[in-house]
Amino acid sequence: MSSTQDHPAKAKAFVANNERAHWHDKALWFVREKRDRMANSLPEWETLREVASEIKSHTIGKLADYLEQFEENATKLGVHVHWAKDDKEHNRIVLEILQSHDVKRVVKSKSMLTEECHLNPFLEKHDIEVIDTDLGERIVQLRDESPSHIVLPAIHIRKEEVSETFEEHLGTEHGNSDPKYLTEAARGHLREKFLGADAGITGVNFAIAETGGIVVCTNEGNADLGVSLPKLHIACMGIEKIIPRLNDLSVFLRLLARSATGQPITTYSSHFHGPLTGGEMHIVLLDNGRSDLMGSNEFRNSLKCIRCGACMNTCPVYRRSGGHSYSTTVPGPIGSILAPAMDSKANKSLPFACSLCGSCTDVCPVKIDLHHQLLTWRGELRKRGQLPIDKWLPMKVGSWVMRSPSLFAMVGSIGRFFLRNMPRWMIYHGLNSWGKQRELPEAPKKSFRQLYNEQQKNKPQAGDKNNE
Amino acid sequence: MQVALFVPCYVDQLYPQVAMATLRLLERLGLEVVYPQNQTCCGQPMSNTGCWDDALPLAQRFLETFAQYEYVVAPSGSCVAMVRNHYDELLGGQPGFNELKNKTFELCEFLVDVLKINQLSGSFPHQVGLHQSCHGLRDLRMGSCSEIVGPRFSKPKQLLELLDDIQFSELQRDDDCCGFGGTFAVSEEAVSCMMGQDRIADHLQAGTQILTAADMSCLMHLQGIIRRENHPIKVMHIAEILAEAVEPGSMKSVAVTEAGKS
Repeated sequence: MSSTQDHPAKAKAFVANNERAHWHDKALWFVREKRDRMANSLPEWETLREVASEIKSHTIGKLADYLEQFEENATKLGVHVHWAKDDKEHNRIVLEILQSHDVKRVVKSKSMLTEECHLNPFLEKHDIEVIDTDLGERIVQLRDESPSHIVLPAIHIRKEEVSETFEEHLGTEHGNSDPKYLTEAARGHLREKFLGADAGITGVNFAIAETGGIVVCTNEGNADLGVSLPKLHIACMGIEKIIPRLNDLSVFLRLLARSATGQPITTYSSHFHGPLTGGEMHIVLLDNGRSDLMGSNEFRNSLKCIRCGACMNTCPVYRRSGGHSYSTTVPGPIGSILAPAMDSKANKSLPFACSLCGSCTDVCPVKIDLHHQLLTWRGELRKRGQLPIDKWLPMKVGSWVMRSPSLFAMVGSIGRFFLRNMPRWMIYHGLNSWGKQRELPEAPKKSFRQLYNEQQKNKPQAGDKNNE
Repeated sequence: MQVALFVPCYVDQLYPQVAMATLRLLERLGLEVVYPQNQTCCGQPMSNTGCWDDALPLAQRFLETFAQYEYVVAPSGSCVAMVRNHYDELLGGQPGFNELKNKTFELCEFLVDVLKINQLSGSFPHQVGLHQSCHGLRDLRMGSCSEIVGPRFSKPKQLLELLDDIQFSELQRDDDCCGFGGTFAVSEEAVSCMMGQDRIADHLQAGTQILTAADMSCLMHLQGIIRRENHPIKVMHIAEILAEAVEPGSMKSVAVTEAGKS
């Protein structure tokens, strides 16, 4: 997190492997098309999006009340509820719970929140083994990488590479990259880990204020297994995961999997209402900048996010630059809004990693105005003095020129003259980014203004017009 | 009916034929078209870079220049989207601003929604690939986008379909972004060009002869790649196609007759 490289540089490196970048783009577009088919199978889709957005708006507006209600109801169910101000406090709480139970081995289902807090390396430093049990997450964990997508963490890795990784770590056959074979191998390997675990950590997709229960959505059933075998369950969630009523859940469950992977519903939507008999259940509620976003008129809507990843699948930039080019836990359009909220200086290139096409806004199941927020971030960076000079200076000069029609016409005609008459090597050089892979437009001799004024001069008088 | 022509700055300088085609087309429809000489740039490049302070005087100039006219029409969805969707932050509450917003139209919108053109006699015997520029599509809703569930429509296509002998390319991705994105084209050059190359590949597989759009900026980027890579695709703005295909005085609709009378 500390040294963030600019998005354009990392994106360029990803695009340089053209064949791979196209493979990545196609893989995500395939998911986007599945999502389209699923969305179109529900005539009420747009109504669902609207309702979901309104539920989230309402909830964010009364978040403190709903959080209290949730804590009260969860406590009644026998759950220990903890509050963490930031990632450090979150990790300390989790560690203390684990240490008080003398836990040495943890299985963890997918949780972007624990990625956000960098919980794995923290626990490993304290001699606790953490095994990610989601297949995609286990693949990136074995490769010592971070997820490149919030729903499809290993989308950037090809099956042949998975085969190599599994051969090295799990002893699978050399060169066998049959997905079924590899999945079976992972299943066997993870089964041992599940059986040997002292505690299970899960994320949370929805926390219901009315009941105090939480819901975890997975396709592999790994969350259920991870908290059914060990007696200790720790669920980690951001405070924005609250929804008011159990009834509201139906809206979100219909939207989530359709938007995320184009499935009608996730294979497992597991409800947890308290600990196992003889066990313990803890819920850690994390703020980590979320209440700051709540107080921001511009960016509050980003808290509506249900982490479906649809904005990544649809984003033409994400598809071609890969999740790691964003250098953040949550990449893509939503990540480019959330990351600058945490550290705008380090993440200043992200709001510009966007062509403002607006596809993310239209695909978002909770109607976050994503591309508008990215545009708003650009203005915010300017206000904070964090725009690099090569971005703001041309705009200042351009604005100054454009304040005068005659100056604009003069600068334009000089520019066109040079474009027409300069030798090619003086136009297409290293500093001309446009011209690396593109021709510049052919400069006409006359601007429209000139042509129009000439035409007006030669036009018959107004009185003659009716006779034309 | 009096129309003020709003010509995007880069069209004025680099694609005068697009503005000329727009002018010809509107005049053939019997409209009185004027080109206000005080116009320069709407300020979109500045606001898209976050430099709202630099965009403000240009928005102000735009309002002063165009407020007096009955309609303002531009051959660009992107620049109209700037006026309609983003000027609020700069000009909100100023006298005449709301009226200006409501009377500023992109060319195709103006033809379809205001003039209600439903008949054009003209022929364009080519296979046309229509690029749906994002700001027109998703900011102005000139067509249905693939993300939203609902009825399918496209105002630019609706107009082109009125022409005889025209054929359309069947694209694999109907509305993926071309990768222009203003300064994005330069600051994220690698991704921008890959996006453009992918759009062109889609048009090549579909057999596009003429690539068109309602925004010349997308076409400038795509044409730059087409010319560098020598692809057999010609680029024309939709105004050029319509103006070329239509014979003078051949467009009939109620609105045109009314406009002719006024």
